[in-house]
Amino acid sequence: MMTEHLPAIIIVFPLIMAFLINVAGWWSKKPCFYMALLAVTVSFLASLGILNTVLQSGTISYRFGGWEPPWGIEYLIDHLNAFMLVIVSGITLVTVLYSKKSIEQELPQKVPQFYTLFTLLMMGLLGITITGDAFNLYVLLEIASITGYALIGLGDEKAPLASFNYLIIGTIGACFYLLGVGYLYIMTGTLNMADLAQRLPALYSSNAIMAAFAFFMVGIAIKMAFFPLHVWLPDAYSHAPSTVSAYVASTMTKVGAYVMIRIMFTVFEPSFSIQLHPVTAIFGWVAAAAMMYGCILAVAQNDLKRMLCYIIIAEVGYIVLGVSVANRMGFTGAVLHILNDAFMMACLFMVVGAVYYKTGAKTIVDYRGMFRKMPFTSASFAIGALSVIGVPPTCGFFSKWYLVLGAIDARQWFFAAALLLSSLLSAVVFFRILQHMFFVPVESAHKHGNDEAAGLKRDEAPASMLIPIFITVAGILLLGAFSGRIISTVIQFTVPEGF
Amino acid sequence: MEFIISKYNYWMYIVLMMIGFYAMIAKKNLVKKLLGLNIFQWAIILFYVSIGVKKGGATIPIIAGGHGEMVHAVSAAQYLNPLPHVLMLTAIVVGVSTTGVALALIILIYRRFGTVEEDEILEALK
Repeated sequence: MMTEHLPAIIIVFPLIMAFLINVAGWWSKKPCFYMALLAVTVSFLASLGILNTVLQSGTISYRFGGWEPPWGIEYLIDHLNAFMLVIVSGITLVTVLYSKKSIEQELPQKVPQFYTLFTLLMMGLLGITITGDAFNLYVLLEIASITGYALIGLGDEKAPLASFNYLIIGTIGACFYLLGVGYLYIMTGTLNMADLAQRLPALYSSNAIMAAFAFFMVGIAIKMAFFPLHVWLPDAYSHAPSTVSAYVASTMTKVGAYVMIRIMFTVFEPSFSIQLHPVTAIFGWVAAAAMMYGCILAVAQNDLKRMLCYIIIAEVGYIVLGVSVANRMGFTGAVLHILNDAFMMACLFMVVGAVYYKTGAKTIVDYRGMFRKMPFTSASFAIGALSVIGVPPTCGFFSKWYLVLGAIDARQWFFAAALLLSSLLSAVVFFRILQHMFFVPVESAHKHGNDEAAGLKRDEAPASMLIPIFITVAGILLLGAFSGRIISTVIQFTVPEGF
Repeated sequence: MEFIISKYNYWMYIVLMMIGFYAMIAKKNLVKKLLGLNIFQWAIILFYVSIGVKKGGATIPIIAGGHGEMVHAVSAAQYLNPLPHVLMLTAIVVGVSTTGVALALIILIYRRFGTVEEDEILEALK
């Protein structure tokens, strides 16, 4: 009986808990962390249950409140939904464990508010991935975005301005999505995605449908920070509190990529987005530009967090490229990269947060000799960095392998070359930091500093930060080892028909 | 001319949207930018509300036959489509919360920099 209602529990439970955390915060700050942990754990277990059901018996259709689709809101969960749910809730669980110490240091006055917003943000992201209704998706997209603006605004002194700019651009993106929904509603009279997919093919020649598709793509491209609509991302993510950066960097852009896949291939048929209009062909070239741009600007950064933000822009490029080569290999690579990138970004941003927590280091020069001081954290950073570069046996290698195979399958030699070149560039980016962390001798590292002893003493991050970092590192290694299993049990079913 | 008049609700929403868009791009004052954003959002709400309209004396969907009777006194052709209006209730709530968060951020910015003019803030950040 309970398993039947898991799709409702995964959304409603965190929603109620977010409210209760705020109420509890009036009396005491102490229970807030544990309440958020409870909400996230329940959602994570529910998402595992849903994935299990989907794997055993195929697509789940859950009718919210018992209303029949297309009138009521339907939650339609196929393999891709279930897969995304597990990624989002899993990353949330890891970040919530990590947040305790970091938030106590960075936002001591705002602990209840932080956990309220954090739980709401997770609920919004889970809702986007689970819903089968186009308008419901808009509402949940805005819940996730508005809580995101508020959380980013809690950061350092430049954060409110960065967050305000993100708010303006992000709301324009959401408005475009809403307009797209409106145009589809005028033409078909329905908001349910499955129902839309049935009614749309007869209308594919209509200009209004084309305009709707254009609005969708631009709106989502803004939300997922797809080059050249990425300008808000580096400021917003680099000035946010450490935990928030780690969380939004690893989930929000990936959920945006999921929405793009959903609109392109579920609401519209692959024949519309690939043959009728050359959308994927254009996206492929823009994605190649995004990969280059992200990596080149990352080389130019001195602030480590900001550098990682440019890496995210490149990673979004990888995902879109995999989708836009439009074959089985490329799509598999894109979906696998959504999973891998979530873990890699969580790992790297958490390490940066942990180093900031202990030493206040921000720029690459501050990382000199960090291996002596924080050996475990530095080693974790190295594994995350190797995975972004794409060195086997880390998981980053496998998704890039599939992306390159997809590009070769599609006879797009330029895309294959662009993938390899941007991997080389990211190697340049990360080896520069790794050199500072591991190989710069302590003497030269402390010529400039006046505190000679501090550099030599080992001063590791607290366990509540190290354990989540280790979980993501284990994730990176295990996902690499089991990537074949993951593809054969889940990802191969997410590939749209006709690929 | 006929093309413009017969679809004037769509033209109006586009004009309003562009006014809002202009304000967001051209204005330096953060509050004015936010007002531009609001105009942009309300334009879309206007667009949605106008698509529910039907010509020929359609009215609000109230069952005129009174309670307890099995017959529906009003047929679907005689009332406006209420769904877009209901959707916009949600969109208005979203718009209000966006404005709330934005105003809170503007207050934070004002406390830190003593101004809401974007160029002066960027000057102070240098």
